[in-house]
Amino acid sequence: MKNEKTTEDIALGIRRRVFEHAMRNNGGYLSQACSAAEQLAWLYNEELNLGAPTLPMIPKPFEGVPHADNPNYHTGAGYNGPFEADLDRLFIAPAHYALVAYATLIEVGRMAPEGLEMFNKDGSSVEMIGAEHSPGMEVHNGTLGIGLSTAAGLAWGRQKRGETGKTWVYMSDGEVQEGQTWEAIQCCAHHKIDSVKAIMDVNRQQCDGAMDSVMEVGDIRAKMEQFGAVVAECDAHDLNAMRDAARTPHAGKPLIILAHSNPFHAMPILEERFPRLHYVRFKSEEERARMNTSIADALGVDPIDYEGAH
Amino acid sequence: MAEMVSRPYERAFEKHALANPDVLCLSADLTSSCEIDKFRDNHPDQFLSLGMAEQNMMSFAGGLGLAGYRPFIHTFGVFCYRRPYDQLMASIAYPRRKVRIMGFLPGITTPGGMTHQAIEDISVMRSMPNMTILETGDATEVESICEAADSIDGPVYCRVLRGSMPRLFDTPIVVGQMREISMGDDVLIVTAGITTEEAMRATKALEGAGVSVRHLHLNTIKPFDAATMLDHINSVKGGVVTLENHVTEGGIGSLMAEIMADNGVGKKLKRLGLNDTYAHGGSRAYLMRYYGLDALALTQGIEELMGEKLGITEQDLSEARVDAVHSLAKAEGL
Ligand SMILES: Cc1ncc(C[n+]2csc(CCOP(=O)(O)OP(=O)(O)O)c2C)c(N)n1
Repeated sequence: MKNEKTTEDIALGIRRRVFEHAMRNNGGYLSQACSAAEQLAWLYNEELNLGAPTLPMIPKPFEGVPHADNPNYHTGAGYNGPFEADLDRLFIAPAHYALVAYATLIEVGRMAPEGLEMFNKDGSSVEMIGAEHSPGMEVHNGTLGIGLSTAAGLAWGRQKRGETGKTWVYMSDGEVQEGQTWEAIQCCAHHKIDSVKAIMDVNRQQCDGAMDSVMEVGDIRAKMEQFGAVVAECDAHDLNAMRDAARTPHAGKPLIILAHSNPFHAMPILEERFPRLHYVRFKSEEERARMNTSIADALGVDPIDYEGAH
Repeated sequence: MAEMVSRPYERAFEKHALANPDVLCLSADLTSSCEIDKFRDNHPDQFLSLGMAEQNMMSFAGGLGLAGYRPFIHTFGVFCYRRPYDQLMASIAYPRRKVRIMGFLPGITTPGGMTHQAIEDISVMRSMPNMTILETGDATEVESICEAADSIDGPVYCRVLRGSMPRLFDTPIVVGQMREISMGDDVLIVTAGITTEEAMRATKALEGAGVSVRHLHLNTIKPFDAATMLDHINSVKGGVVTLENHVTEGGIGSLMAEIMADNGVGKKLKRLGLNDTYAHGGSRAYLMRYYGLDALALTQGIEELMGEKLGITEQDLSEARVDAVHSLAKAEGL
């Protein structure tokens, strides 16, 4: 699909949509839009080689889980286009970034804006924690730390079949606390799975607050290199740096881009909530109103009219 | 309406931990989600942050047990046993460490979908030698869960409710003792956790339709007092229905099937719960309806068991509020 908007515009659009959603619902995964918007915008608008969506622009309701009695079951991967040998695949490993990922699908024309209205509604497939039947998802990743391993297996299989498409993983830095992440890197290196590419949102935040206060992870780059990855780093809000990072040669090894992000980028007022940014729920009507005015101004939109919402 | 209580675990844990210096509070990056954030802030010496690394946390807790501490592990139920199953077995269950595993958001009480819903935890823990299993069904049980768990000479897994919840009982958990909520003699209903409140609502409607209900609530799932349960099974003319916030395999439905088969009881058993399926994300009320875990599903199950229509409608059930049942429960000295 050709890109009709600039990646900058898409990133702004993502933030605006997530902001509107969070205002109307009195909170949400707002900080993830700050940190991740450029990364997801860049993946979808520039880097990923995807075909046209194969699923309806307005998501279908939930149609059941995988089961022998549910023969028509399918995942939400069709929003990323068909599976073809030369096309790329993407896993959103931290499934709680789903809201940001759905906003991205809308901005790049892969899902209708109505899709976001269905977010976290009973009976909807547009789930809060992205499920594999949710738009743009191919596997369940809500249990953090399994995404890179799944991608490695898929990539190895694709390499063996001679497929040229890449397998991308969008990761969060919290995942480096899980042992499985390291097992996955070691495995990619051992089996020379270099069609795996990952970009990690290094926002230094997790549920409990700043990662350093919860469980220090030290020098992620050095550790990943020791485990056998090629690591590139960039400012997560500098698209040129991101593009350069993606060009890092990594023959025989997986590439992991550490995108150092600001968890309140483009919404500076969120800094007030530091270090509790993981899920921003407004503490009072006063705070909600103040954030509404400030963030709307920062994003260049009118404040959201959330009266009548909940 | 039954009294609603907000965040009973937060206070109960603090009280218990302060009275027991060998109790430690462990968290895996879900500190406020498990209502221990104030404890972390106020009692940092008794709190250990272990990050999002559950496998290490389980074996680490086993090590703390070796050092004579009684760690309380806090995370969502699923993260207690799915990934760190091996560590749970080798470091905690086998050597009978006094580790108290507090699993929050049991079953479909979370909108997080498959990866967040502990729907087979009881089954897993029941098949694990040395593991004790407790489940909370109201505020009073959550208030007494820490003491109950900490009285166990070995590891214990608890299904813990969080946030706002009704108070259905006025006596604390007595480990091993089931609660007799109503003592009729047509059908036996066995529930645990959040399904007890549903059964209390259904009971009122069922009694109105002329069915005499015996309703038991379980807070101790393992070990189990089979002899007392057998007496109850034998005391009803009809069959047994179980309703659980869990898959129908390996939980309390299976437990009843085992007791009935072990003792050659020739009665029908209807097991209600998640019927060999994963759930998906949604609100608790929606999921309880969608997957047949609510009062309506229970009355329908009883109709099937009895082979007759009772004509109970949703309207009857919404009118059957828990307060009436609560006073009945009081009258019976629960
Ligand atoms: C295995 C596992 N343990 C715990 C959780 C609960 N959980 C959800 S997000 C999260 C950590 C968030 O950190 P990060 O992934 O860096 O995301 P961010 O806070 O930056 O959004 C945790 C502990 C989980 N989803 N999976």
